[in-house]
Amino acid sequence: MGATRLGLVLAVVLCGTGAAYGIDATSLADPVLEARYLQLTHELRCMQCQNQSIADSPVGLASDLRREVHDMLLAGKSDEDVRAYMVSRYGEFILFRPRFSWRNAWLWFGPPLLLLMGLGVAVRIVRQRAALVATDPDAADDDGRA
Amino acid sequence: MLPELGHFALILALLLALVQAFFGIAGAHLRRDRWLAAVGPAVAGQFVMVATAIGCLVTAFVSHDFSVRYVAENSNSALPLFYRVTALWGAHEGSLLLWIFLLACWTLAVAVGAARLPPRFAARVLGVLGVVSCGFLLFTLATSNPFLRLIPAAPDGRDLNPILQDPALAIHPPILYTGYVGFAVAFAFACAAMLEGRLDQAWARWTRPWTTSAWAFLTVGIALGSWWAYYELGWGGFWFWDPVENASFMPWLVGTALVHSLAVTDKRGLFKSWTLLLAILAFSLSLLGTFLVRSGVLVSVHSFAADPTRGIFILVFLVLMIGGSLALYAWRAPLLRSAAGFELGARESFLLFNNILLVIAAAIVFGGTMAPLIADALGLPTLSVGTPYFNPTFLMPVLPLLALLPVGLHANWKKGRLRQKQRQILTALAAALVLSLAVSLGVFAQAKILTLVGLTLGPWIILSSLLDPLDRWRRQLSLSRSVLGMTTAHVGVGLFVIALTVVQSFTQEHDVALARGEKASVGGYEFRFEGVRGLEGANYEGVRGSVVVTRGTVPLGTLYPEKRRYFVQGTVTTEAAIQMTRGTNLLIALGDDLGAGRWSVRLQVRPLVSLVWLAALLMAIGGAVAGRDRRYRLARSPAEAAPAAAGAKQAAG
Amino acid sequence: MNRFALPLALFALLVVVLAIGIRHSPEKGIIVSPLVGRAAPGFALPSLTDAHQRVSSQELKGRWYLLNVWGTWCVECRAEHSMLMQVGHAGVIPLIGLDWKDEDDHALEWLAQLGNPYQAIGVDHDGRTAIDWGVYGAPETFLVNTQGVVVYKLVGPLTRESWTREILPRLPRPASAGF
Repeated sequence: MGATRLGLVLAVVLCGTGAAYGIDATSLADPVLEARYLQLTHELRCMQCQNQSIADSPVGLASDLRREVHDMLLAGKSDEDVRAYMVSRYGEFILFRPRFSWRNAWLWFGPPLLLLMGLGVAVRIVRQRAALVATDPDAADDDGRA
Repeated sequence: MLPELGHFALILALLLALVQAFFGIAGAHLRRDRWLAAVGPAVAGQFVMVATAIGCLVTAFVSHDFSVRYVAENSNSALPLFYRVTALWGAHEGSLLLWIFLLACWTLAVAVGAARLPPRFAARVLGVLGVVSCGFLLFTLATSNPFLRLIPAAPDGRDLNPILQDPALAIHPPILYTGYVGFAVAFAFACAAMLEGRLDQAWARWTRPWTTSAWAFLTVGIALGSWWAYYELGWGGFWFWDPVENASFMPWLVGTALVHSLAVTDKRGLFKSWTLLLAILAFSLSLLGTFLVRSGVLVSVHSFAADPTRGIFILVFLVLMIGGSLALYAWRAPLLRSAAGFELGARESFLLFNNILLVIAAAIVFGGTMAPLIADALGLPTLSVGTPYFNPTFLMPVLPLLALLPVGLHANWKKGRLRQKQRQILTALAAALVLSLAVSLGVFAQAKILTLVGLTLGPWIILSSLLDPLDRWRRQLSLSRSVLGMTTAHVGVGLFVIALTVVQSFTQEHDVALARGEKASVGGYEFRFEGVRGLEGANYEGVRGSVVVTRGTVPLGTLYPEKRRYFVQGTVTTEAAIQMTRGTNLLIALGDDLGAGRWSVRLQVRPLVSLVWLAALLMAIGGAVAGRDRRYRLARSPAEAAPAAAGAKQAAG
Repeated sequence: MNRFALPLALFALLVVVLAIGIRHSPEKGIIVSPLVGRAAPGFALPSLTDAHQRVSSQELKGRWYLLNVWGTWCVECRAEHSMLMQVGHAGVIPLIGLDWKDEDDHALEWLAQLGNPYQAIGVDHDGRTAIDWGVYGAPETFLVNTQGVVVYKLVGPLTRESWTREILPRLPRPASAGF
């Protein structure tokens, strides 16, 4: 097992395979700031326990990052400032919600596109079948059963 | 000795699976009916061998045989008996053995039920199941042998992962795998039909009960996992769009589409190629899910220890099974034509939309789960996809689906005739809307759009589902199990929508730091922290906090959240304290010792959250009941079946 | 193309993606650092060994250096220590330590026991400097050039392999690795 693999395994063990979590009892006096704090800390990934947000992660790095968010909000920075701060240090991966960019376009455009395609398929099939109703000898039937 | 016996049993099982596969498929293809006689015994033999192997492994666990590496890695002398048994599926090798065992069980069941099927078709079905068995057995023997010895034997074991030392999680894998593996049966039926070159309504009718049962198991399995996550992980969450969770959700979505598509093929001989493709997809997603969690290709909170060599083996297996069946599909599907027709407002239309929307939903989950992999393959910077992506995008196909359900239920086959039911459907909608506004504004003083939509759709679905059955009951007409099951399942869906909406909209939570005697108030409840005391268990130690809960002046009891540290692995787990009061769940979890007697504590008030899993259970029960409809149980000798099948084939055109 | 062959074609695409995924998997979990190719973050930290001194990026301007993030609580750091000792004593490139989220007396004891490979050690108690460098786990090592640009980041312990394959080739006059 390579050294980096071992490190990764250790990180997983330290992160308690998700069994341990952190409770963030920080609170901000201003309810608007408090709401933004909660929102941001849930949006940012804990880089050590990569499937948890910094709000939920028990590790030291998470509480350090939460402290940074806290201090930045008190200093009057905007949500975008906070995200930019984190991304410039840790890369896009730190954001749980991928920011819209041309690289991610397929992720965000995908679902509506699929829906449109699905609609197209549905229309075609229904038209096709509706035309066959007259020639279909099968008696229409309803006994309430599927 | 026993481990070697188990190992040997697995090898024999592989040989028997080869016999089963070869004689089943080749025998049917070459019309060597005498070869078909070998298939039944091969199935039975394989079952016995696999059961023996599992028995050996369980014995090794129960008797603390730490000379077996797998036991040494997953057990401990202090581990209670119950968990020594469930540790069998606690890690990769054992869980694979469980897969193989469940596959053997399903195969045996199909073999027993095969008496009613035409012999060559049955042989093909069992043959395909044999091929799947071979793949898994080969994989296990080559890369994941649970019977490997540790020489010298370990003095004691590394203990079962503490988060698995829990009753719900102990039974979650067997039930989940039963569902996963059950889709192999539908897959085998599909392959058999393609190999034979014909697919008719009889085929759909044979496949339905197997598929519905597998689906019911999968539903329960997923619900159990989610429930466990809620009370064990202590975050108050119960679905994280984690890759492993998604790996079980995708087959479920496609499986649901399959169950409904089979109904159309059975009834009208339509959607044959759809149904075939869905059957292949459902099992393919099960297989893909296996690959994702065992190959190290995705980093996940859940994944088993990663190993690229295993990954390659599984990939080859996937290519053969999925690639093979899809190639068969490309070859045979063009021959499946039907001249049946239906109108826009007909039941077939709605089920078509159902199919399409569910497949889109599965595709979205698939895309999001695979996004990091795809980004990596394309050389793009690592992408991250989580709840903030899945929640909104998943709703895109699902909301229309939920809105179509209450309408589609009343559409007749072929001609729809919805106009006759228009008044009833709209009245139900109006009632639901009123209820939704009343609850949202009246009780919770909120009016978010999504909340209102959810609170309207849920009751509408329930009311609409009950309209026909109640009417029939009133007129003292019989209700088949099929209708009963369908109604139950759909009511379950409605309840699920209500529960999910309520939980997402009206949950209140607060993380606070409390010293002894201090209180906090959340959602109308008051929580007074009474400090912590030390605690000792069989293989752990920890602290236990007490929190007294009151609502107004009414005391509601004391809750005891715990934090435990397991001796052997040193893992710390949190045991949240959960109490149900009048449908609302109070969840309290202990955080960290902040010094000077202050602890950080999570307080959550979650109304109706238990309904989420009850609703899922109801869906599964509905499926189980529907699967046992008497139409499927008509005893048919092969002689009867052949002309009947031919007649059905003619009608389906 | 037969439209029924579409699922097969899509599956083939998927297999390609998965195969690439397996090939890459030993590096899974290693996030590419956005700092590589950019100016190294400035820092000014108290020195571990001399309470009156500061260790700062100002002093290191115009020189190549390795910044090694470590802590006494970190199991892997102990594993890489012997390699660090060799690098430190070979004198090929200055080794600057960043003692991350640690206790000073533990750190001093550790160095007394195992030896001190560092030319200077900055102490980061609150983790702010580590965050600036995008550190997410110890040990991590950064290679910085004379213009103050981060040329390479190593996540995980420094091994002979990563030293010879990744770091030495990036240095201006690759010294012999034969120590």
